[in-house]
Amino acid sequence: MGSVINYPGWEVVIGLEVHTQLKTKSKIFSGASTEFGLEPNTQASSVDLGLPGVLPVANLEAARMAVKFGLAIDAHINRTNVFARKNYFYPDLPKGYQISQMDLPIVGEGKLTISTANGEKVIGITRAHLEEDAGKSLHEDFQGMTGIDLNRAGTPLLEIVSEPDMRSAAEAVAYLRKLHSLVTYLEICDGNMQEGSFRCDANVSVRPVDQKELGTRTESKNINSFRFVERAIDYEIERQIDLIEDGGTVVQETRLYDPDKHETRSMRSKEEAHDYRYFPDPDLPPMILEKSFIDNIRQSLPELPEAKFIRFVEDYKLNEEDATLLTSTRPIADYYEQVVNLSEADAKVTANWITGELFAALNNNDLEIQQSPVSAEQFAALLNRVADNTLSGKMAKQVFTALWKKEGQVDDIIEKQGLKQITDSGTIESIVDEVLTRCTEQVQQHKDGNEKVFGFFVGQVMQASKGKANPGKVNQLLKTKLNQ
Amino acid sequence: MKNLHQKTLTELQSCLSNGDCSSQELAEHFLYRIEANDQLNAFITVDEQRTLEQAKQADVALKDNLGSALTGIPLAHKDIFCTDGLLTTCGSKILNNFISPYDATVVSRLSHAGMVTLGKTNMDEFAMGSSNETSYYGVVSNPWNTNAVPGGSSGGSAAAVSAGLAPAATGTDTGGSIRQPAAFCGITGVKPSYGRVSRYGMIAFASSLDQAGPMARTAEDAALLLDVMCGFDEHDSTSLRQDPVNFSAQLDKSIEGLKIGLPKSFFSQGLDAEVGDVIDTSIKTLEKMGATIVDINLPSSELAVPCYYVLAPAEASSNLSRFDGVRFGHRAKEYDDLGDMYQKSRSEGFGDEVKRRIMIGTYALSSGYYDAYYSKAQKLRRLISNDFDLAFKQCDIILSPTTPSVAFDKNAKTDDPIAMYLNDIYTIPANLAGLPAISLPAGLNPQGMPIGLHLVAPYLEEGRMLNIAHQFQLNTDFHRAFPENYA
Repeated sequence: MGSVINYPGWEVVIGLEVHTQLKTKSKIFSGASTEFGLEPNTQASSVDLGLPGVLPVANLEAARMAVKFGLAIDAHINRTNVFARKNYFYPDLPKGYQISQMDLPIVGEGKLTISTANGEKVIGITRAHLEEDAGKSLHEDFQGMTGIDLNRAGTPLLEIVSEPDMRSAAEAVAYLRKLHSLVTYLEICDGNMQEGSFRCDANVSVRPVDQKELGTRTESKNINSFRFVERAIDYEIERQIDLIEDGGTVVQETRLYDPDKHETRSMRSKEEAHDYRYFPDPDLPPMILEKSFIDNIRQSLPELPEAKFIRFVEDYKLNEEDATLLTSTRPIADYYEQVVNLSEADAKVTANWITGELFAALNNNDLEIQQSPVSAEQFAALLNRVADNTLSGKMAKQVFTALWKKEGQVDDIIEKQGLKQITDSGTIESIVDEVLTRCTEQVQQHKDGNEKVFGFFVGQVMQASKGKANPGKVNQLLKTKLNQ
Repeated sequence: MKNLHQKTLTELQSCLSNGDCSSQELAEHFLYRIEANDQLNAFITVDEQRTLEQAKQADVALKDNLGSALTGIPLAHKDIFCTDGLLTTCGSKILNNFISPYDATVVSRLSHAGMVTLGKTNMDEFAMGSSNETSYYGVVSNPWNTNAVPGGSSGGSAAAVSAGLAPAATGTDTGGSIRQPAAFCGITGVKPSYGRVSRYGMIAFASSLDQAGPMARTAEDAALLLDVMCGFDEHDSTSLRQDPVNFSAQLDKSIEGLKIGLPKSFFSQGLDAEVGDVIDTSIKTLEKMGATIVDINLPSSELAVPCYYVLAPAEASSNLSRFDGVRFGHRAKEYDDLGDMYQKSRSEGFGDEVKRRIMIGTYALSSGYYDAYYSKAQKLRRLISNDFDLAFKQCDIILSPTTPSVAFDKNAKTDDPIAMYLNDIYTIPANLAGLPAISLPAGLNPQGMPIGLHLVAPYLEEGRMLNIAHQFQLNTDFHRAFPENYA
C-alpha cells in the first residue's frame, strides 16, 4: 500500500484526473486504427490530420465503454451528452481545438471505494467525459526542429475526475490502483501505463488542520506510474508545506513531474493559463443514448472486483488475503478460476500454489500473469498429479520449475525425470518392513515411548524409496506397524 | 450550335440526348467562354485537360446509354469545395498551395452523376463577405455592370452562371451567400434545409449555418441538381437520414390556393423603392396564379443580423484554427519560434475581413463574455426559429425581396462593415432557423440591374418551394434575361 508519511499539523487534500485510453479498434471521430507503436503518421486519416473540410463522426463504441465505466461506479449516465471544443494552439493538436465534453459529460457523479490503513473509504468521482487525444511532438532527432506524429491524435480518452477526497499520497495510490483494476476488469482500457494508456494529473493542496477553506492547489502533470504518483504528490506536499512555513504562498499553477529528478517544476501559472473558449461543437449533434442501449450494457457488465472477492471467499473458502490477491486484476482472477475449473485439486490448495509458487516466479522475472510461461492448463495438469498422488509437493515444485523453463508437458516431465511417486501399498509396505527389520534399536526406543523417533523411520523409508514413496501412505503404514 | 451558354440544364440535356452536341463540345464551348471572359475574374482555377478528359468519359457513357439525367453537362464548383488533385483555396492566400487529396461529398455526388467540372469559382475569403471583394484572388465583376459587385460570397459562381461561363454552379450559403449573389446576378439560387446536403469536404465557415446549394438559370435546373446533391452522408454527423429526394417530380403542381406570408417589417425601413416595386409586381403575378396573401410577423428577425454576427464569427474563430502553417497551406518564410510562426503565417495568410471575424468570434467565446454574447445569441436564434414556426401556421411560404437593393458598386461598402453586413438582412433568418430558401429573378431596375425574389419554406419543404418557383418562372421570363455583353 506504500508508505504513509505524516505531516503533523497539516491536512493534505488531493484530487486526481485520470486519462484512460479506451480500447476501441478505431479512433473516436475517424475510422483510423488506434494501434500503438507504428511508423509515425501512418495511423492518421484526413480527419485526424485536420485537413480543410473534414468532419468528425462519433464512435459509438467509445460511448459504450464510457457507459460501462459509469455503470460500474454507480454513476449517473447523461443520456444526452454534448461534445464541446476546447480551443488552443499546439502543433500536435491538428484542428487547433480538442473535441472534449464540458457542460454535459457522458458520465456524471459516481463513487469508488478504496481500502486504506484506516479501513474502507469512499472516493467521490465528479464526472468522466469523452475526448480525443492529441498527437505527439518529438523534440529529439530533428536538429533543433520538432517532429509531429499524429498516430495518437483522435485516440479516445475517458477523463475521470475525482473529488478532492484523498488525504495522503498513499490514498491517492490506492484510488489509482482501484481505478486501474476497474478499467482493466471492464476491458475498456489495456491499463498500460508505460505506453500512456492510463495516466494521471494530481491536484494537491495543503492546509493547517484547523483551517476550513482549502489551500491553493497545484496541478502536477505527466505522471505515468503508481510509484511516480506517490513520489510526485509527496514532493508537492513537502514543497508546499516548506513554502508556507517559510512565510511564502502557494501559487495556483500547472507543474510538470520529472521522473528522473523526482520533482515537479512550474509549467505555467494561472495568469498564463489558456482561455480554452469552450463551446458546443457544431459538427456533432448532442449524443442521445437510448435507454435500451444503457440497459444492454448494464446486463453485459462483467463481475466487478468486489463481487468477485466475495464470491471467492464464499465459493472457494479462501481467506481474505488470498481472495484480495487473486482478484487484484482480472487476468489473475481468470487464471485462478481456469485452474480451479480444470483441475481436481482443492480450490484452497490451488490458491496456495498460485499465490506461492507462481507469483514468486512471476515476481522474480518481472512478468505479468498474462506472460506466464506456465499456462493455466499446464498448471491444472500439475495440480491434478498432486491430487492423484502421482507427485508429492516437493516433486511438484520440481515439475513446475521444468514447466517454467518450457521443458515439456507435465506428464512428459514426470516421465523424463523419473518423478513418479510410489503409491502402491505393497511396494511401500515391503520398504517399511525392510527398514523396521534393519533398525531394531530404534524400534525398541519407540516401544519405550519415544515418539520423536517416528520421524527417523519416515526419513529412512523416503531415503530407501529415493523420495518417491507417498508420504501419507508411509506415515499410515509406519503407524500401523509400530503400534502392532 | 449557337447560344449553348444561354440554355438551361434541361435544354442541354436534350441537346446531348438528341446528338445535337457532345459533352466534349459543351466543355470546349464553356472553356472557351471562361477564357474569353476572364476579365470577370469568376474563376480561380481551370484545368482544361482534366475537364476535357471528364467530358470524353461522359460521351462514352452517353453513347453506351449508361448516363444519368446530368451526364455530360458541365458545371463549376465554388472554391470552398475540396476537389481531389485540384487547387482548393477557399479564396484565401493561406491555402494558395493546397491541393486537396479528396473530393467533397457534393463534388463526388455530382461527378458520379456524370457532370463535368469546368473549374473552381472565385469567392469571398472563407466565404466571409457579401461582395466577393475579400477574395485574395481579386474582385469579381458583375456581368450586368462590371463596375458593380456580383455579391458574395458565392460571387464567382453567380457571375459565371449569369454570364454563361457555366450552365450551373455550386455555392454555399451561411447567411445569404448563394441567394444574395444570385439576386445580384439575375440567376436562381437555392439554400436547402440545414442537413439536406453533406458538408463533408466543404471548408467550414460557421458549421451550424453552412449549407451547400445549386446556382442555376431556373428553379427546374436547381431541382435537378438538388436531387443529386441531397442525401445522407455518413461522414457528416449533421447530415439528415433522409429518403432519396425527387424534387424534379414535384414541380408541376398548381399553386392555386397557396397562402403567401409577407413579413411586414421586411417591406418598410431600408428597402429601396425600386426593389419594393418589382417585388410588388411579383406578388400580383402570384395572386393572379391563384395565391392569396397574408400578413405575418417575424419580430425577432430584426435581431437576426447581430445574432448572426456573434454566432458565425464564434464558430469561424474555432474552425479557422487549423490554418496554422503546420501541416498544409501558407507558412511564413522566417520566424523565431513556434508562437512567431503561428503569428506570421496567419497574419500573412488571412485577409482583413477574416481577421476581423476571428477577433469578434474569439472575443464572443472568451471567458467572462460567453454568456453575454454567445449564449444570448443562441437564445435569440431559438426565438427567431420559433417566429417561423408560428408564421407557418398562417401561411405556406414566406415572400420578401432577397436584398434591400440591387448590386452596389465596387468599393462602395468596403470601409463600412456594418453597411456590408446589412445586405444579408432578409437572408440571414433562414440560416439561423435552418430553413430552405430560394432567390429567383423578379425583374430589372430602371438601370437594368437584376432584382431577386426571396422565398422561405418550412423545414424540409424544398419540394413545395421549388414547385412555387418553377410555376412562377412558367408565368414570367425574368430568368430568361441575359446580360447584353455576354449574350
